[in-house]
Amino acid sequence: MSSTESIETGSKSQSLDGTILLIVPGVCLVLLLFLYPFLYGFVLSFSGHQGTGLANYTKFFSTPFLRQTIATTLWISFPATVVNIGLALPIAFVTRRHPLQRLVTTILVVPITLGTVLIAEGLLIYLGPQGWLNRFLLVTHLSTSIVHLTHNYWGVFLSLVISGFPFAYLLLLSYLTGIDPVLSQAAATLGATPWRQFIHIYLPLLVPGLAIGFCLSFVQAFSVFPSAVLLGAPAGPTRVISIAAYQAAFEDYDYPMASAIAMIMAGVQLIVVVFILAARALFYRGPTAGAKG
Amino acid sequence: MRAGASTIQQLVTNLWNGIIWLVIGVFIVNVLGLIAAVVVNSFATRWLGTWLPSGFTLQWYSSAWTEFQLDSVLVVTVEVVLAVVAISLLVGVPAAYALARRNFRHKRAIVLLFVLPLLVPPMTYGIPLATVLYRLHLAGTIAGVILANLVPTVPFVVLVMTPFVEQIDPRLEAAARVFGAGTLRLFVYVLVPLLSPGILAAGLLVLVRTIAMFELTFLTAGPDSQTLVVALYYSVFAAGIRAGQSVDAMAVIYMASTLVWLLIALRFVNPTQLVTRVKE
Repeated sequence: MSSTESIETGSKSQSLDGTILLIVPGVCLVLLLFLYPFLYGFVLSFSGHQGTGLANYTKFFSTPFLRQTIATTLWISFPATVVNIGLALPIAFVTRRHPLQRLVTTILVVPITLGTVLIAEGLLIYLGPQGWLNRFLLVTHLSTSIVHLTHNYWGVFLSLVISGFPFAYLLLLSYLTGIDPVLSQAAATLGATPWRQFIHIYLPLLVPGLAIGFCLSFVQAFSVFPSAVLLGAPAGPTRVISIAAYQAAFEDYDYPMASAIAMIMAGVQLIVVVFILAARALFYRGPTAGAKG
Repeated sequence: MRAGASTIQQLVTNLWNGIIWLVIGVFIVNVLGLIAAVVVNSFATRWLGTWLPSGFTLQWYSSAWTEFQLDSVLVVTVEVVLAVVAISLLVGVPAAYALARRNFRHKRAIVLLFVLPLLVPPMTYGIPLATVLYRLHLAGTIAGVILANLVPTVPFVVLVMTPFVEQIDPRLEAAARVFGAGTLRLFVYVLVPLLSPGILAAGLLVLVRTIAMFELTFLTAGPDSQTLVVALYYSVFAAGIRAGQSVDAMAVIYMASTLVWLLIALRFVNPTQLVTRVKE
């Protein structure tokens, strides 16, 4: 790399040439289709039938039916994220150098690829009153009556685990494999057990990865939509904020209100992300590679 | 004494590993169970209160094909997916090249601009995006669906391809320049051949992600521009109108269309790349 450095910096120093223009279509596309709609929605949210200014926001926070969607969504997405990260961390740690790891990751990538709509349809049959899970629980006497897991909170929660756990696992696995194994080998030489290696070496180095993983998993779970409709009770216990935004836009055709709800959704996500990243700053920051000195 | 302590330690470690593998096993069995339930139901004549259906049939596939107009849905899906893959690569690969090879002012801001659409969930930016596309009369058309789907895929290609470009020796490009190649010839004769593993990987990943992209397509599609996953959503949503088996026959067709590409993609990429970008 160092031998090519001079050529590279040489070409990098000449600032404006044709090559830089290659980035223009990509930048324009993201500006026009991502940033502009966001700003447009932001401006739009201050107008509309309810009047100008904060009217849409005032209506959202003063109407219990709308306001409660924040709590409802947090009540599903937060526990689901904790479970997903909580499961993914030890599982990624144990499987990271196991010969079966590639097979496990390959199987776990399947639910991510299939997407939430198919998982919802599958769980409707699998968890339903006539489904295999209930039959299994009754036959093994783990349960004496049918367990209702669809069209309620648990259906949505379980679908978030089925799609969210593989995501968290693959994310943490890529962070874990980025930590230099020399560090734990050094600790092992000094007599540290796997448990102590995990607590004193991996965990502190993994804090940034855990923070990012938690944020990404949470943000995905917070915007849950298809499974909350198909597998939950969209009129009541699983009326998440996405459903409120969708109904405002496509059932009431109230785009300013829908934009306001989308902004509130983004706002809640941002607050949680900022909070997690601020908490992360309290921990160790430093290289994850072994120091040779 | 020490030997005894280490035996206990070994036992605890083994027990812990056993629990972990048990959890993995339970998870995988349940995932396979929900997939198998869909597949079995799609072939079932009647399935009530038993472990397996009373008989098997193929009739639901032909009825699903006509009921859900799957031929036109599949045509739309193929059109959308191919257009999204082609445009994402055409726009994303040159941008990745510029990002990998040049330093310029506000480069960090531009990288952030490409990262944001991958971090913000589609449901959050999809509603303002759909609003804009409706105002432009693009929503409800195939063009609108393609535009919406490009939002996450172009940044994805840029971020996947940048490390691939960085691996290429810049002296090869310098040599081509010395012999008078312009940027276009440089791309066609030097970069694209060298980048082909990366382009193939990025293209396949975009393909798999676009077939399964529900939210953006759902928010921007009209009746004639639904892709397979959106048609599946509507048929599950309207459960009870059609036979459950016929909905599941469509679900199996959808599964097959994603898993085939996933299997091909996994020959070229690591599974972790579906959620994170290539390590630098």
